[in-house]
Amino acid sequence: MKDIAVLIGGKAGDGINSAGAMVAQVLNHLGYRIYLYFDYPSLIRGGHNFAIIRGRETATGTCGTRVDFVLALDQETIERHKGAWKADTAVIFNKDLVKATGQGIPVKEILAAENAPAIMGNSAVIGGFAKAAGISWKTVEDVFSSHIPKGADQNLRVARRAYDSLATVHPLDSCSNAPVPLLTGNEAIGLGLVRGGLEAYVSYPMTPSSSLLHFLAEEQGKLGITVVHPENEIAVILMALGFASAGKRAAVGTSGGGFCLMTEGLSLAGMAELPIVLLVSQRTGPSTGLPTYSGQADLLFVQHAGQGEFPRLVVAPGTTEEALSWSAVAMRIAWEFQIPAFILSDKTLSEGTYSTDCSLVQNIIESDVPPWDKNTPYRRYADTPSGISPLAFPGTGGAVVKVNSYAHDEAGITTEEAGVVAQMTEKRQRKADGLSLAMNRYPQVSISGNPSGLVAILCWGSTAMVCQEVAGPLGLRVVRPVVLSPFPEEPLKKALEGAGMVIVVEENATAQLATLAGQHGIICQKKILRYDGRPFTPELLLEKIREVLS
Amino acid sequence: MTGRQIITDAQNTWCPGCGNFSIQHTLKNVLADREKKGQSPDNVVLVSGIGCHAKIADYLDINSFYSIHGRAIPVATGIKLANPDLTVICCSGDGDCYAEGLDHLIFAAKRNIDLTVIVHNNRVYGLTTGQYTPTSPRGFKGKSTPLGTMEDPLNPIELMLASGATYVARGYSKKMELLQTLIREGMDHKGFAFIDVLQICATFFPAADYYTPRVYDLAGHDRSDFKAACTKAGEWDYNSDAPIALGAFYQKTSPVFEAKMTERALSAAEREQAIRDLLRKRT
Repeated sequence: MKDIAVLIGGKAGDGINSAGAMVAQVLNHLGYRIYLYFDYPSLIRGGHNFAIIRGRETATGTCGTRVDFVLALDQETIERHKGAWKADTAVIFNKDLVKATGQGIPVKEILAAENAPAIMGNSAVIGGFAKAAGISWKTVEDVFSSHIPKGADQNLRVARRAYDSLATVHPLDSCSNAPVPLLTGNEAIGLGLVRGGLEAYVSYPMTPSSSLLHFLAEEQGKLGITVVHPENEIAVILMALGFASAGKRAAVGTSGGGFCLMTEGLSLAGMAELPIVLLVSQRTGPSTGLPTYSGQADLLFVQHAGQGEFPRLVVAPGTTEEALSWSAVAMRIAWEFQIPAFILSDKTLSEGTYSTDCSLVQNIIESDVPPWDKNTPYRRYADTPSGISPLAFPGTGGAVVKVNSYAHDEAGITTEEAGVVAQMTEKRQRKADGLSLAMNRYPQVSISGNPSGLVAILCWGSTAMVCQEVAGPLGLRVVRPVVLSPFPEEPLKKALEGAGMVIVVEENATAQLATLAGQHGIICQKKILRYDGRPFTPELLLEKIREVLS
Repeated sequence: MTGRQIITDAQNTWCPGCGNFSIQHTLKNVLADREKKGQSPDNVVLVSGIGCHAKIADYLDINSFYSIHGRAIPVATGIKLANPDLTVICCSGDGDCYAEGLDHLIFAAKRNIDLTVIVHNNRVYGLTTGQYTPTSPRGFKGKSTPLGTMEDPLNPIELMLASGATYVARGYSKKMELLQTLIREGMDHKGFAFIDVLQICATFFPAADYYTPRVYDLAGHDRSDFKAACTKAGEWDYNSDAPIALGAFYQKTSPVFEAKMTERALSAAEREQAIRDLLRKRT
């Protein structure tokens, strides 16, 4: 199995993320499947940033603790990551700023010779890496030409000088895969939402959801969507509900703290039966916590947020392919049932970059939303056997559309009559029954590794790939619900049938999935938990699994 | 739909003598006049917050979104952005709009989104049975401030002028003819229209005897003059004894938010193509 890792590090502001993305594209064009992990503190300049680019013959979504190449733009990259070096790790560094053994690149001299701005120094480092890894100049040229929109030629001249001055020390074989799109989780979620018919995205910046706002704002013209950044998260969700009430498919994105502010609007969506999709991308909590690090501690919050009772969909994709698939599903289901639908992500998925195999993206199942018949007076909350009322929007001739946050009758007029309140509550609950049935049309639970393994790993969300990578070779079964509400009790029980031991793996301190599963009679005997903001590495997970099995 | 009843069958629960009746009646007249001119009420949406004012959403038989406390304006903003052809009216209370949802009011004015915001300013919380609001006079004895409030009221007219509103007016629930003119002007205005309506709360703040002798019409005031508007706005601070101007303080023409924000919608095929193009760029 070809499997390599490149670490690139420097100061915040050095462009480590975009340099890392270029390294990832170079490896993509060598046929490797990619995962890029970007680690940065919550500041703009001065802190240490690093990216690890993993290239593997088969799909990956996790990084190990050891690397084959270190590309150092500052001294701290050398000092801090010595523990990641192997005996043959190739070290390439900016000779002007870093003292190390390995191959130094005279960045200043190269930039001066090409009369190039300082930011192009990263191209010198990438050129140097390509030579050290024995990558053909043609590959470097291809990647630069297609991924640097402006100034590719000058960047290439800078890269070439470094390429020519270094020696090949760690030649990489290419793999047989064709290059595929490299997407961050948030980009995949955005494109999935567009597949699902997104017309408006409303969001207030909050890491790690912000990159979806940036992506959709940048591409709004091409994608034909309206992107709004309002005054706060309260306005965000209320505006999105305004869009929905007028017939436009809207989504919002935030993280824990922002979602706290959205809960009154969420409950309004439940009562007023307004479709909306919410991306909640988790970071380490509670409160401000670690803004730029990961966590899975908001599962139960998202499941229960908002006063009162109303049905909701919660999906937690584990890969970019799933993000593309399930974000579209979330939008369709939200509109089919006129309910809120959550995409629960985290920093690892949202900001990680993954090779995305579009052949794995599932097709959207079309569903019929009943239109208003135009013969009877329009009633926004008409009681029907399914609980789903026909939709009409303001501006439709002859329809008076009354949306209401209060308990209301079928016409949408406020009521406090006990009988009507009970009737409308039951109407909303019938949608929950229909929703559970509708979700059976989808593969709600993923099974990988050894499907008949006697020990099962139970996980959710972004730990998908690390669990698969570690547990598969050990002969374990890896079971992962992608849908978390309505809880897929039957498919999950079926997936765990015959497993004598269930080990839950989560990035929180209280094993929230185990709690949820327990409420449905599924018992996890062992727990492996991490809650320091960092994702599990394959090495750590392997060690923990061995511990619980011994 | 033509000539329809603009009032629903919902039982009206405002107190006898409540200023909300005047606002509702005025709005009904404006909608009926517009319909005569061919502007169908089908294209109007009324968004309310929560409070006594908000019951108007149940009582007027037009499209409505009975929102939550303080949040009428962001809902209305979403509706207008979703469909700029709709005429969107926000009925909001003073607690609703000046306390719980003040940020939304300021930002809507700043954006100059084409909404008409009518604030039913009775200067007291009615539905929660009598607490002070941001516009209650200093010393107001409410249930939460039995010793009288220790803070001065906001002047919403000054606030809206400072925030960039392009139509700023004050009405009074006992001057219905003027109120009708202001609401009509506000709805016709292309941009953010703000109308603070001094509204009588018959139960908790029956202030007619205070307002009626003090109010006067701003006739002759140059509403295009921002400085003059500021001077007039400062004349009465919602606290001290002074003449109370009614009418439009300020109006100007400015590009509207929704015209700058809306993207051309794509067909399903165009969307698929756009996604394929983006995926190719990332390969």
